[in-house]
Amino acid sequence: MSRQRAVAVVGFAQSPCRPEAGTTSGVETLVPVFQRALAEAGLARREVDFWCSGSCDYLAGRAFSFVNAVDAIGAYPPICESHVEMDAAWACYEAYVKILAGEADTALVYGFGKSSAGELPRVLALQLDPYVTAPLWPDSVSIAALQARLACERGILTERDMAEVAVRSRVDAAANPCAQVAGATTAETLLAAPYVADPLRAHDCAPVSDGAAALVLAASDRARELRDRPAWIAGMAHRIDPQGLGERDLAAVPSARAAAEAAGVAGDLDVAELHAPFTHQELLLRAALGLGDSVRINPSGGALCGNPMFSAGLARIGAAAEQVMSGRAGRAVGHATSGPALQQNLVCVLEAEQ
Amino acid sequence: MDIASAPPLSAPMVIGFDYTRSLGPVLGSFMTGLRERRVLGSRTSDGRIHVPPLEYDPVTHAPVTDLVEVLTTGTVISWTWTHRPLEGQPLAHPFGWALIRLDGADTTLLHAVDAGEPGRMRTGMRVRARWAANPVGHIRDIECFEPAETSPSQASARVAAPAPDAPVTTIVTPILLRYRHTASDQESRYLRALAEGRLLGGRCPACRKVYLPPRVCPADGVPTDEEVVVTDRGTVTTFCVVNVPFAGQRLDPPYVVAQVLLDGADIPLSHLILGCPAGQVRMGMRVAAVWRERAQWSHTPENIAHFAPTGEPDAPCESYADQL
Repeated sequence: MSRQRAVAVVGFAQSPCRPEAGTTSGVETLVPVFQRALAEAGLARREVDFWCSGSCDYLAGRAFSFVNAVDAIGAYPPICESHVEMDAAWACYEAYVKILAGEADTALVYGFGKSSAGELPRVLALQLDPYVTAPLWPDSVSIAALQARLACERGILTERDMAEVAVRSRVDAAANPCAQVAGATTAETLLAAPYVADPLRAHDCAPVSDGAAALVLAASDRARELRDRPAWIAGMAHRIDPQGLGERDLAAVPSARAAAEAAGVAGDLDVAELHAPFTHQELLLRAALGLGDSVRINPSGGALCGNPMFSAGLARIGAAAEQVMSGRAGRAVGHATSGPALQQNLVCVLEAEQ
Repeated sequence: MDIASAPPLSAPMVIGFDYTRSLGPVLGSFMTGLRERRVLGSRTSDGRIHVPPLEYDPVTHAPVTDLVEVLTTGTVISWTWTHRPLEGQPLAHPFGWALIRLDGADTTLLHAVDAGEPGRMRTGMRVRARWAANPVGHIRDIECFEPAETSPSQASARVAAPAPDAPVTTIVTPILLRYRHTASDQESRYLRALAEGRLLGGRCPACRKVYLPPRVCPADGVPTDEEVVVTDRGTVTTFCVVNVPFAGQRLDPPYVVAQVLLDGADIPLSHLILGCPAGQVRMGMRVAAVWRERAQWSHTPENIAHFAPTGEPDAPCESYADQL
């Protein structure tokens, strides 16, 4: 695809991931996050052409939470705004397309969620098929466990491999001030814990986190004005697998593989920020995206160390972009997932030069 | 503890509602089959049999019309164990979740397995459906699965098919969710003041407007931290007459719900106007709060029972035109 315009990430900020962040509305959490993201991009609030968010009313049991969140923008005089009922990584895709289409030069993308307000594993049952699956209330952890067992019994990974993902994530998260879980540990220690949902233990599951994140995008020359080293989006694509859990190969993640191919992941990569709420999912995603051993995975600690619903995927793109903007990486990938057991996947390739 | 330093207010909240869902030809037949203790799958153009059934062929995208019966026994393809079942799940005691391929099907169905203990679960284990005593045409007509090596429990014994009945065309799926709602610091101060019979607004540091309740200023995106006491009388900016009865209604229609711009505030609040016939309420009408007995006050706008006309002359339209 030839493009007249290029789009880059020029700013990113997130709130600390907390087990309980007070207010249900999200507005109060978003205000400082917007201020920091805009300051980092060197952009004034009124200069944002397009605002796009990801959230879900079921999370906090609060109708029209995304409309309330618009208060944090300051929506008067009227603004151009949109919302996806998904992780804000998909809002990022919408903003990316909006800018490519020439309808905006700048965009602020944000996600927020108070996962702690309800019983998250039960709330997530409502994203399942509403006729034959959701009425049984299968929780998100149990569904992930069915996927993990398939991968284990097929010889793709082991419980020790999974524990080592948790160990590496926690060590890396020690340098991330937004992380909720961090610190040195060993696989032996983690494997001594009881199962939460066999074969998953507590360390295999992301914590329940409240939080928010915001990403600033800009087009071509505007991005160069705002930032010496923008993180250019070289490719972004998302794909979806069938809704029925028994209709797809849970251990292969075909939609992640297809999204990676469409986004152009192939080639030398320095860093990948993978949105894997469970340890085994990081291993499945590495294989689906074709990431070699030289790729640094989740230097932020990843979702295993803080998983604010509806912004954790956007935060992966933001963390990958930060690697590029800071010069620590020349080419990086940010990945987001949504739906049960990695049903939907989005891949964003970021580069230093355009 | 004074209002300014007290922690945010929070309270439990339960949301419950029943979705009534239309089924269409494929799921309707599937649910009708369940009511007869039979399981139907859909056959797609590639010859595969899907259970649960698909409504559209993923290869040809054509509607699926070929439904075939499969057995109610099957094989576990993957499983996990639940030590503490959650509300709404098929069994109240510890059980296994499993992806089950029914005999005759090519895909798997997610359901519960009543195995007693995790040590009895394994991939490849044989299971059979245990039926609910009174099937109605719902996925929960399959109560759960149980290991096939055990003798069938009473409910799963095959019974004579009931007399033909009208096909199942809809199902009801109840949703029940429990939350803890937490107010913001500003909302908490507002609600605590209400419990003392005061109305507390917040002034935006940028545009100087006073919001009631205090909130992040929707025009400027900043918290309205400066507190302002607002009076409990004001002007009706706009209103509607409720003529429609609905579930949970507390007043007999017709009655009036209005936007009331309190003196000293720059945003109206929504409340009832009583104390005069509904037909007499008008834009610009001056009204005052009618508080409940002090003993009934809590952290709620219901401390004000309603607003009633004061008898003052109507406010000029210019005084509330910005709110319309």
